[in-house]
Parts: sequence; structure tokens; C-alpha cells
Amino acid sequence: MLVETRLARFESVCLDCGASLSPVEVAYETYGTLNAAKSNAILICHALTGDAHAAGISHDGDGGKPGWWDNMIGPGKAFDTDRYFVIASNVLGGCRGTTGPGSIDPKTGRPYAMSFPVITIGDMVRVQKMLVESLGIERLLCVSGGSMGGMQTLEWAASYPDMVVSAIPIASTARHSAQQIAFNEVGRQAIMADPDWRNGDYYDTRPPARGLAVARMVGHITYMSDESMREKFGRRLRNKDKFGFDFSVDFEVESYLRYRGSQFVNRFDANSYLYITKAMDYFDLSDGSGSLAGAFSRGDTRFLAITFTSDWLYPSYQLMDVVKALRSMNRDVAYCDLPSNYGHDAFLVDVGEQTELVRGFLASTCKLRA
Amino acid sequence: MPHTAAEPRRRSFVTELLGRSDYAIISDLVEPNSRVLDLGCGDGELLEWLVRNKDVDARGIEIDSRKVQRAIARGVSVYQSDIDEGLNGYPDGSFDYVILSQTLQETRRPLAVLTEMMRVGRHAIVAFPNFGHWAVRLSMLLSGRAPRSRCFPHAWYESPNIHFLTIRDFELLARDQGWTVEREIFLAGHRAGVRLANLRAEVAVFLVRK
Repeated sequence: MLVETRLARFESVCLDCGASLSPVEVAYETYGTLNAAKSNAILICHALTGDAHAAGISHDGDGGKPGWWDNMIGPGKAFDTDRYFVIASNVLGGCRGTTGPGSIDPKTGRPYAMSFPVITIGDMVRVQKMLVESLGIERLLCVSGGSMGGMQTLEWAASYPDMVVSAIPIASTARHSAQQIAFNEVGRQAIMADPDWRNGDYYDTRPPARGLAVARMVGHITYMSDESMREKFGRRLRNKDKFGFDFSVDFEVESYLRYRGSQFVNRFDANSYLYITKAMDYFDLSDGSGSLAGAFSRGDTRFLAITFTSDWLYPSYQLMDVVKALRSMNRDVAYCDLPSNYGHDAFLVDVGEQTELVRGFLASTCKLRA
Repeated sequence: MPHTAAEPRRRSFVTELLGRSDYAIISDLVEPNSRVLDLGCGDGELLEWLVRNKDVDARGIEIDSRKVQRAIARGVSVYQSDIDEGLNGYPDGSFDYVILSQTLQETRRPLAVLTEMMRVGRHAIVAFPNFGHWAVRLSMLLSGRAPRSRCFPHAWYESPNIHFLTIRDFELLARDQGWTVEREIFLAGHRAGVRLANLRAEVAVFLVRK
């Protein structure tokens, strides 16, 4: 599947912080064909560091790299592009084509950097709604995503329930927990402690590569599980058979984290990392006392919630809270805690059972609506 | 597929399709277009059949993740949970029928489960193997060991059953709790309506309400 990233442009968007942003550009890709009734559209939302390239092989650039959820989206896959029209876009505040802190502020002719307004998950979804409507789609058959993508999915169902026939949040939460905020704060502090960060004003010079790499290393640890790390690395040494008795790389796991950190710097903007993690931390669909029932009181969206047993970054109880709130209103909700050793990464890599769930749920959603 | 009036062909079809005689009876008890919750629904076989043939609004609760996967994959909205935890979140009267098929004897607190079923549903459908069946009685009498029969095939140390009850036990409980028994159907093999039920029936299906 050869795909192409396109750009949609909107005059402006009002943000939760009170500011507005104009113009707004959104990078997006689509896969499959929109049917005549425009009733087969599915919106896929990406996680913290994802982008609009969710599936297929890029037409241009990217070295022919497959999309980040290519194992889930495509002909015959869970989100079957022979049947559904799939839309994926880069989030507001991102650095992969959609307007973010690295974009040029038309007022100054220079990158926004830290003058970019603080954004929320709600803002990201508002921009996605503009994109979806610009494609002539009034109702989405499904909104889905893992991690922060699942947060956007829940925000969609809470804010625009009439536009969402079904929702599949995966390995996600309706309110960021203290532990999740804590890890994000470590990542932000690593970036801001890098002298190259220069209060975000680094676009003409060196980016804060070391800080961003450390943030990514912390992230990667939280995406795996004790068991998956033990399996993947154990205590194996890297290209040596005894300790170096110095602080070069001894262990495989060190080498892996350093490699992942340094690779990340090439494709991600440190300021975007600050803004997007902040949006995640602000995310709370509850009424403040922890009750989620109010958030989902409107509409008749069907839900399929999926969690993974070894995911300690987004533990199963978080989506179970959402499911309980839905159940207290007797809403149509299916829930499965899939066994996996891959930790939070499971929704990206351990997709066999996830595929069966999504496929069956989408098919029954189509049948129910017919 | 819309439901058509009962015909004898359907019952044998049901028995054949699902391979479980209690399923056939349960399917007969459920009114078309009703709201149904199946506790311990397994891989959703019965619910799928009810959706297809009676157009019910179906939900299920199942603890085994593999079975939940299969149920969702076949399009049934199943929620992974144990039965106690799974029931308490629902508002009163959420369902027309709450089904508990061959699981009552496996629950830790059967009376609490039954009470919750009748809070959450207008009717409860309870199917259970009859511990009063003659083969069970005879097995214990003659062998002097924990009884085993076609309906109770497990050795005592690996049986999922922790609360053994007979048809008579259930009737007495219903009387004590003031439940109304709307229907009781007894099965021996695939034959329904046996006399001297507590001695001769292997499986009983009760339709009860508060």
C-alpha cells in the first residue's frame, strides 16, 4: 500500500487555554475508499510520538518506512482498508506536519517555540473534527487509538458523541495519574536541563539532543515490562565478555536505550515533546471527584476497551474505570484484558488477539447500524 | 433475522446447534427484542444465537480472557470480570433477563449472585445441574466416595463446583426468599418435563423473579 501525507489548512482554531491559533495546518493520510453514504470512515489517533503515517509505505521520503500501526491497518487487517476508509492525522502541537511549536508564527516570521499556546487533548480533537468535517464526513464509524490515541478516542466520545458510532480506546486512561504525570515531568526536565534547549529557542542552532534522548530513554523503559526487558536483554553485555570498569556501554539494555534515544532526536522536536506531554497530563474527563459517568452521559456510542496485563504505565484499572462508568449507565461496552508480556508497547507489537477483537467489534457495529 | 412463532423444528435446531439442552430451554424462555445479560457467558455462543434469532440486546460477563476474546470476535459485547464484580455496577432493572447457566454451583456466594440478578434484571433464568439426580445419590451410596456422574464428572480435588444444590434446595430457597418461580423445566438428557424431577432430572432451568 503506497500512501501519501497530505496537508489540510484551516483559518483558525480556538483553544481551551483561551488563545486561538491561526492558521492551523494538519498533516493527514487516508487509506481505503470512502463509500457513497460516507458511513465507513474510521479515525485513527496516534500516541505521544506518532504521526500521520499510520499505515502503508510512504510515497515520498521516510525511506519507505511502514506506518506506525501498519500491522493493524491495511487490506485484510483489523482496520480493513478493503472495507473501511481510514484517516490518520498528526496531532496539534506535533512536529510531523501539523502546526506545533516548531511551526512559523505568521506574526513574527519565526518559529513559535515557547510562545506556542499550551494545548490540550480537547484541542487536538477539535482540530481532528475540523479535518473530518472538511472531508465531508458527518459521522465516524469508529475512533480508535492506543495510549494518548486512546485519550483522544475517549475525548471524541465525550465531546462529540453524535459523531462517533463506536470507540476503541486501547491501553489508555480517562485521567492521567500521578505516576504518568511524574514520568512525563522527568522527560520534560531532562529536555529543559539541556543547555542547548535555550528556553525553547534553538531552531537556528543545535537542538537539545541529549535532553530529548534522555526523555526518550525514560519513555522506552515505561513502555516495556520487567519480563520483556529480561527476555530482550537480560544482563547480556554489549560486544564484550567482561565489565569495562568504566562508564562506557556495558549492557545490551544500555546500548538499546542510547540507540533509541539518539534515533529519536532525528525525527522529533523537543518543544513538541514538552507541549504534548503537558496536554496528556492535563487530561481528565472526570468531574474532578473521579466520577466519569458525566463525561459519557450523552450519545449511544458503542465501546470496545482493550488493556494488556503487563502494561504498568497505563494499568488495566484505568480503562476499567471507564468501562464501569459506561456500565453504570447500561451502555453497550465490551472489555478485554489481553494477556501479553510486552507492557505498554503491546498495542503496537502484540496485535494478534487485538486484531480479532477489533475485527469482530467493527463487523458487529456495522451490522447493528444496518 | 426476525423471530417467528415457536415451531417444533426450531427447538431441535437449537439443541443441535448449541449442543446443550439447557440452551434450548433458555432460548425458549427469552422473549424477542428483550435485553439480556448472560453471566459466565463463555465464548458468547448462546448470546450470538439470541441476537441472531430473537433480536435481543445482548451483553455478557466472562472471567476467562480467551473466551472473552472469542465472544467479542463474534460480535457480542462481553465484559471481562468475575460475576460479583460485574453485576454490581448495573442500575436496577437494566435487563429483561439475567441468565446464569451452569455456573451457580461455581460461585462463591450463590445467594448474593441470585439477589443481584433479580435486582439487575426483571427475570432471572437459572440453569444448574441437579445434585439430587439418582445417579449422584447412587454413586455416593455405593462407592462411599464423593459422587461423580455425567453432570458431575470431576474428581473432588479438581471440581469447579463448590456449592452443590438440588432442585428441591432451589425451590425451598425461592420460597424462603419470596421469589416467584414463573417456570421450572427439568431435563434428563435432551428430554424435558420429567416427573419426580429431583430424582430424575439432570438439569433444571428456573425462570424466577423477585
